[in-house]
Amino acid sequence: MQQSDLRAQLKEFLVELIKVAETRLPVDVYEALKKAYETEENPIAKQHLEAILRNSELAAKLGKPICQDTGTPVFYVEMGAEFPLRAEFYDIAREAVREATKLIPLRPNAVDPFRKKNTGDNTGRFVPWFEVEIVPGDELRVTFVAKGGGSEAPSTLKMGLPIRGVRNVWETVLEAIVEAGPKPCPPVVVGVGVAALSDQAMALAKRAALLRPLGERHPEPDIAELETKLLEAINELGIGAHGFGGKTTALDVHVEYAHRHPATYAVAVATNCWALRRATGYITSSGKWEITSKHITG
Amino acid sequence: MARIYHLRTPLSEEDVRQLRVGDTVYLSGIIFTARDAAHRKILDLINRGEPLPFDPKGLAVYHVGPVVRKKNSEWEVIAAGPTTSARLEPVEHEFIAKTGVRMVIGKGGMGKKTAEACKKYGAVYAVFTGGAAVLAAQAIKRVVDVYWLDELGIPEAVWLFEVENFGPLTVTIDSTGKNYYDEILENAKKKAQEILAKLQ
Repeated sequence: MQQSDLRAQLKEFLVELIKVAETRLPVDVYEALKKAYETEENPIAKQHLEAILRNSELAAKLGKPICQDTGTPVFYVEMGAEFPLRAEFYDIAREAVREATKLIPLRPNAVDPFRKKNTGDNTGRFVPWFEVEIVPGDELRVTFVAKGGGSEAPSTLKMGLPIRGVRNVWETVLEAIVEAGPKPCPPVVVGVGVAALSDQAMALAKRAALLRPLGERHPEPDIAELETKLLEAINELGIGAHGFGGKTTALDVHVEYAHRHPATYAVAVATNCWALRRATGYITSSGKWEITSKHITG
Repeated sequence: MARIYHLRTPLSEEDVRQLRVGDTVYLSGIIFTARDAAHRKILDLINRGEPLPFDPKGLAVYHVGPVVRKKNSEWEVIAAGPTTSARLEPVEHEFIAKTGVRMVIGKGGMGKKTAEACKKYGAVYAVFTGGAAVLAAQAIKRVVDVYWLDELGIPEAVWLFEVENFGPLTVTIDSTGKNYYDEILENAKKKAQEILAKLQ
């Protein structure tokens, strides 16, 4: 395939990936919200969960953004070492974001922090954000995430004391969720990262919150047990949907870790609102592309 | 006992004084949008004694940065769910006092100063379902006008919307100054301490 043709295919794939993520909730997220609605006994929380479900169905049906905060664009990339457009990928992804912003449309969210100017097209300095991993093969696998500002605001990083061990995790998580209260649009998905370095902890927490399917536990049994216990504890807080009280404050908790440094115990907590917007797909070096994640159809 | 109200703007003091936390409201009539920059802009104009391009008295101010686009020279509202209200806490009491708005709509709750202003001037704070942007857009029948679009940009400009049965809105601060979230968050804090105390 000609490089220029592959370039066009790659852009088409990324624009569609952004559109699916912004307008159609992933099936795992929708099912978790539906379960929260069905089990909720607090009438106000239930009313708002019903509005959430109706809104998600309408967005999918009409092809409109689920939330008006269409987020900061983030690309999680598994780049095949033999994929032909490796160096160009960043520019093509930026073009795709600009095009999707006009087409869907998306709200322009890239603001210069010092000069206050909005770029108007959702691209700017370090926007979109990329996390890239090189893998064998000639395919490019991408997960696009639209990260909302309201659920990003309560992000928490605590450099804990090694001597206190896992207690650092419990305290940081529960305090962050109570402090966040209704602000990040619960029911939330919680990602917890434990690591040697501060930025590493946050990156792992983000991945855990955004990428792992809801309901899926960590492969290591003791970490899986910690996730289950943290989820139960968060839901015992009684904050509930949008802070109106009730059973479901978090839809799930995912923990990820790196081996730490003897002197550090970095704990990061990342939350995502109920509108967890992610979509995954791949493109081959011959230009064939497909969106592999499952989404509601409305 | 929570009740359901259908109200129309401009709201009277009597309209909002009857509302209590936990009540549901469906709102019709004119509402206007304002987030951080627009609150600042409106207060600056009032404080300088300059006229506003519209009369906010009795209206509802909606914390939102909508997605809108121009279609055949008409504005189309694509998505318009609420933004986090806590960011406006430092100025909302002054905003209520000086504009005469009777309802503040957003998400995530507001604090003590806003609750005091609601009590003093006769206003309420109500929550629209966070993220329910398409549902909100469906209830917006028409863009009546937009102000300071060039200066503030689409999400931050002030949009005057005509709405029909906009809701469900849950009252979380009423005109007695009661804040629904206070108790929930106080209990959550206590519960968290209990859970942590049980850990080895």
